Amino acid sequence: MKILVCISNVPDTTTKVAFIENETKFNTSGVQYIINPYDELALTKALEITEKSGGTVTVIHVGTAESEASIRKALAIGANDAVRINAAANDASFVADQIASYAATQNFDLIFTGRESIDYNGGMVCGILAAKLKLPSVQVITSLEIEGNTAIMERDIDGGKEKVSCPLPMVVSAQKELTEPRIPNMRGIMAARTKPLQVIEPSASNHLTAVLSYQLPPAKGSCKMIDANNAKELIRLLHEEAKVI
Amino acid sequence: MSVIVFAENSEGLFKKSSLEAVFYAHELGKLVQQKCIAISIGQVSEENLKLLATYGADQILTIDQAETTHFNSELYAELLANTAQSFNAKQVVFANTYSGKLIAPRVAGILNASIASNVISLPALENGFTVKRSVFSGKAIANVALNSDTKVLSIAPNTFTIAAINKEATIEKIQTAVSLETAKTKSLELSKQAGKIALTEAELVVSAGRGMKGPEHWGMVEQLADILGAATACSKPVSDMHWRPHSEHVGQTGITIKPNLYIAIGISGAIQHLAGVSSSKVIVAINKDPEAPFFKAADYGIVGDAFEVLPQLIDAAKSIQS
Repeated sequence: MKILVCISNVPDTTTKVAFIENETKFNTSGVQYIINPYDELALTKALEITEKSGGTVTVIHVGTAESEASIRKALAIGANDAVRINAAANDASFVADQIASYAATQNFDLIFTGRESIDYNGGMVCGILAAKLKLPSVQVITSLEIEGNTAIMERDIDGGKEKVSCPLPMVVSAQKELTEPRIPNMRGIMAARTKPLQVIEPSASNHLTAVLSYQLPPAKGSCKMIDANNAKELIRLLHEEAKVI
Repeated sequence: MSVIVFAENSEGLFKKSSLEAVFYAHELGKLVQQKCIAISIGQVSEENLKLLATYGADQILTIDQAETTHFNSELYAELLANTAQSFNAKQVVFANTYSGKLIAPRVAGILNASIASNVISLPALENGFTVKRSVFSGKAIANVALNSDTKVLSIAPNTFTIAAINKEATIEKIQTAVSLETAKTKSLELSKQAGKIALTEAELVVSAGRGMKGPEHWGMVEQLADILGAATACSKPVSDMHWRPHSEHVGQTGITIKPNLYIAIGISGAIQHLAGVSSSKVIVAINKDPEAPFFKAADYGIVGDAFEVLPQLIDAAKSIQS
């Protein structure tokens, strides 16, 4: 089994979101970057599959040299090798194009992405990538078993879950619950230093979208406090003042 | 040229999020001066199809053939992309639900279209074609330019208030040649919780955290939700401890929701939790710690013990609903 895991580098979840240069750029000063949590679950699941039935796990990242710490961490967790496509990742179509150009030459059986990145929340790379590679895709999977040449998965749908099957090769996106993340051990960290990390230049492709500016959502007004001994007043306010119930 | 919108149905009925998408496509059509074509896939009665005209469709296309009985993202994406091409659609609109998120990116990939998801505004056309989208799980808004000829927009549910337009629209059944070979994904089993409101689409949400002290105390939370007709949700620690299913976890690494009302009981309001719920229209925080950060993000607050406050709320909610 030859597996590709797409990872993205994101600000950690405690980051205070702020913008600079006239609100056109995200303020990265003092921000700690991590592997996108859903991508980390995807990586762990990929390793579980190859540990059980053999194979290799390659991680791929579209980004600049600044993301190498996250790539090395993915290698420390257990990926066999890594590829970095040397370009800033500002647009989902561009990222999907780059990964598709690489994957098209490699015959992967299974390609993982995360459900979405926790910064831009696009959730689009999985579907665009699958369409470019003309492969089936199943998103937001919460379980995955390989039976012969078929993947049996559960995925979240609106209001429930669906169990689906799909022949390999295919593209999937990892949802929470798929597995638990792994903490790299010292041996993994040492081994990661010498594992292959190939840097390739991007193929010709356009950015179809561009972020022009950012803004913060309007601030909340003050909080109206209600006495705990008169909690029924809250229901009255929600009904008569806020008119939401 | 046209605006095409996918109106997804659930067992023959259009979801509220689909009607929001149709209304959005209608408003978008007015801006770009193109007609709004709604596409329904699967079996829907004529009476229900007319609802799409009520919310602004100029033309309704329905695809109902043997292959489309069951939802299939590959097949649906191909059908929609083909239809978009034959009707020269320059904008294709989806609701950003789980199913919309499955199909929209594939359609964009097939059409080489630019795509924006989580869209929360109509486009501004002064400077190309720009829309606002929610990013950082609701902690910020990005103003995004879509620079290709064809554009795919997936709009955030519960963002646009719909109003009846009452158009007269033609309903046309179209046949499209698709091969089931496209549909490699096969559905084996569906499990939807009957009678339970889907959290992603709920207008009212009652959510609870560690302050409930254990899963055995969730009866009160569910009772309040039942009376209000709300969905239930929980904080990350609660789902991590398996008190509640992961599908209920809202926050930055769970799901992001924006209901009309979010009631948080015994949740302190960590930045990661607030990220997933801060776009809710009205927020209520109930916590025994007066310093809980949630009060800074809330519209209404009660400093008190959940076990004393909840029974009072349940009684009061009962009397309002009756």
